[in-house]
Amino acid sequence: MNWVFYLISGLAVAGALAAVLLKNTVHCALALTVAFAGLALLFLKLDAQFAGFAQILVYIGAVAILVVFAILLTRGSETPKDGVYSKFPLTGLAIAAAVFAVLGWAVLHSESALPHEYRATPAVTVMDIGNALMSRYVLPLEIVALLLTAALIGAVIVAMHEKEEAK
Amino acid sequence: MSPLAGYLLVAALLFAIGLAGALTRRNAILVLIGIELMLNAANLNLIAFWRYGPHPEALTGMMFAIFSIAVAAAEAAVGLGLVIQVHRMAHTTDLDAMNRMKG
Repeated sequence: MNWVFYLISGLAVAGALAAVLLKNTVHCALALTVAFAGLALLFLKLDAQFAGFAQILVYIGAVAILVVFAILLTRGSETPKDGVYSKFPLTGLAIAAAVFAVLGWAVLHSESALPHEYRATPAVTVMDIGNALMSRYVLPLEIVALLLTAALIGAVIVAMHEKEEAK
Repeated sequence: MSPLAGYLLVAALLFAIGLAGALTRRNAILVLIGIELMLNAANLNLIAFWRYGPHPEALTGMMFAIFSIAVAAAEAAVGLGLVIQVHRMAHTTDLDAMNRMKG
């Protein structure tokens, strides 16, 4: 618990808050990028180098760009006249606050299941991760490859422009 | 407060922010952004438990987080494709305005 942790978690939380609060949708996407970057820094702070850089590549490099493309394709950057929030925003806020209260209470008031947290940096290299992916986790890896292929084809088919036969 | 509790609290806060965004925004893309934030908060939990757990060399939490990132990427691609198609049919991404099943 040092100032680096507070700084990058403040960055991530501020980015997330801006992403859900700002009125302009493009600004929301940019704030989302800040939140993703903060999370990647938190991963790096947790000595998870591979996950941190995968986060940067996948989320900042791909998902944020996809979000920006979707916003521009749907002209979502125009702020609607009747506000950006749904009809019952207080209900949603109350549910979110209740969820945070329960989670925070559980974190703060529970006995640690790990009697002594291991402070030493785990000696895990990217090579170990690659070996594990190719040996013990090879079946999940293949399933994820299949899922990504299916999602790629599915996204193209779903978003493909259909001709006038639908009408 | 232990380091693990700090990371778990940050993850809980991010999850609550994402949930509030997904529940209160009208724009479908903003709802997807909220869902992405929630998935990221879960990933932070997985990585934190991997780091402070007794057997980090077993790589269980790390693998879970990596696969979760891959699945979230697939979900984002399909979800945004659906939003684009719905916008083409209904000419809006306002979720409150989408009240018909047929385009």
